Amino acid sequence: MGLENTLFESLPDVVTVKLDAVVNWARKSSLWPATFGLACCAIEMMNTVSARNDLSRFGAETFRASPRQADVMIVSGRVSRKMAPVLRRIYDQMPEPKWVISMGACATSGGVFDNYAIVQGVDKIVPVDVYVPGCPPRPEMLVHAITMLQEKIMRESVKDRRDTFEAESRISKVPGTLPVTEGTKLEQELESEVAKGDAARPYSIPSRHEKRRSS
Amino acid sequence: MTKKLYEYVDAMRLANPDWLGEVIDAFGEVTVFIPREFIVDACRFLRDDHGFDLLADLTGADRGPEDDPRFEVNYHLFSTKHYNRLRLKVLLSEDDAKVETVTGLWKAADWHERETFDMFGVVFDGHPDLRRILMPSDFDGFALRKDFPLRGYEPYSLN
Repeated sequence: MGLENTLFESLPDVVTVKLDAVVNWARKSSLWPATFGLACCAIEMMNTVSARNDLSRFGAETFRASPRQADVMIVSGRVSRKMAPVLRRIYDQMPEPKWVISMGACATSGGVFDNYAIVQGVDKIVPVDVYVPGCPPRPEMLVHAITMLQEKIMRESVKDRRDTFEAESRISKVPGTLPVTEGTKLEQELESEVAKGDAARPYSIPSRHEKRRSS
Repeated sequence: MTKKLYEYVDAMRLANPDWLGEVIDAFGEVTVFIPREFIVDACRFLRDDHGFDLLADLTGADRGPEDDPRFEVNYHLFSTKHYNRLRLKVLLSEDDAKVETVTGLWKAADWHERETFDMFGVVFDGHPDLRRILMPSDFDGFALRKDFPLRGYEPYSLN
């Protein structure tokens, strides 16, 4: 998107240190989460933005219905295997910079659902920045997670936040497919189509901050 | 209470004695076991002649891999006219878990049969669109079978 890809080419490195501070400050003060409720944790998430807990004190109250306008994905609840590709697609549709909060025990580790239907931790699908324990976590904990994320954003560099483009994903040797499709017929079909140039990979290759793994 | 229900059982016996297998009377409910080749005929008879116009539920059950017949398919019929409920059962062995579809009689059977197929692997012959309905299309195995491992088969277990 904007800053990462254009401004950076023309500015010397010395300036970037200060630029980081300014850009990060702007970013952390206006986090827009994606409206994405998966289970009971979503009820606590709604409570977080309502009057008593008032997440807008920290600049993160603007929940967007479209991932194209969102910065933060709050994974609030257990992710079923059938939901996993959907969740990944929503994550891919969010423009950089983007962050992920894994809210609650189920999103973090599968929680009590240690079975065939539930993904054992959403970090197998998307890179997670902040994990929130609890079943479900209280709204205060989510507010804390947002403030922790803000601290984390202040330590970031804009350099890590470049978009990966479709063309890049076509030629990439790194398979960008989901862990859930690994070794399946679906993945083999897709790989042969990509090799012939008929299709692009549905999921973008990991961008730099994703390869770096999170906290 | 089950007296009225036995009238249907008697009517079925009168129509075709081959339809009836074991008849169980428990908790005020009547369950009729039906050989699988007659299930559609018996259902049509009950629907057209005795007012069982609603298929309240269609589901499967796994009695365990050591049992033969291993699977059962349960049909819960309801009559909105007479306010009666009747349960039909079909027993299926593991290596031939097939039964004819009743989607031609009740549209409601469509998704129920897909679910039974998805969870138990019971094939419904003549079903218009027999795909998985709950699990992902590339899912391996049938989740509600007794010998299905809780975490699923590899490589799907993401542990």
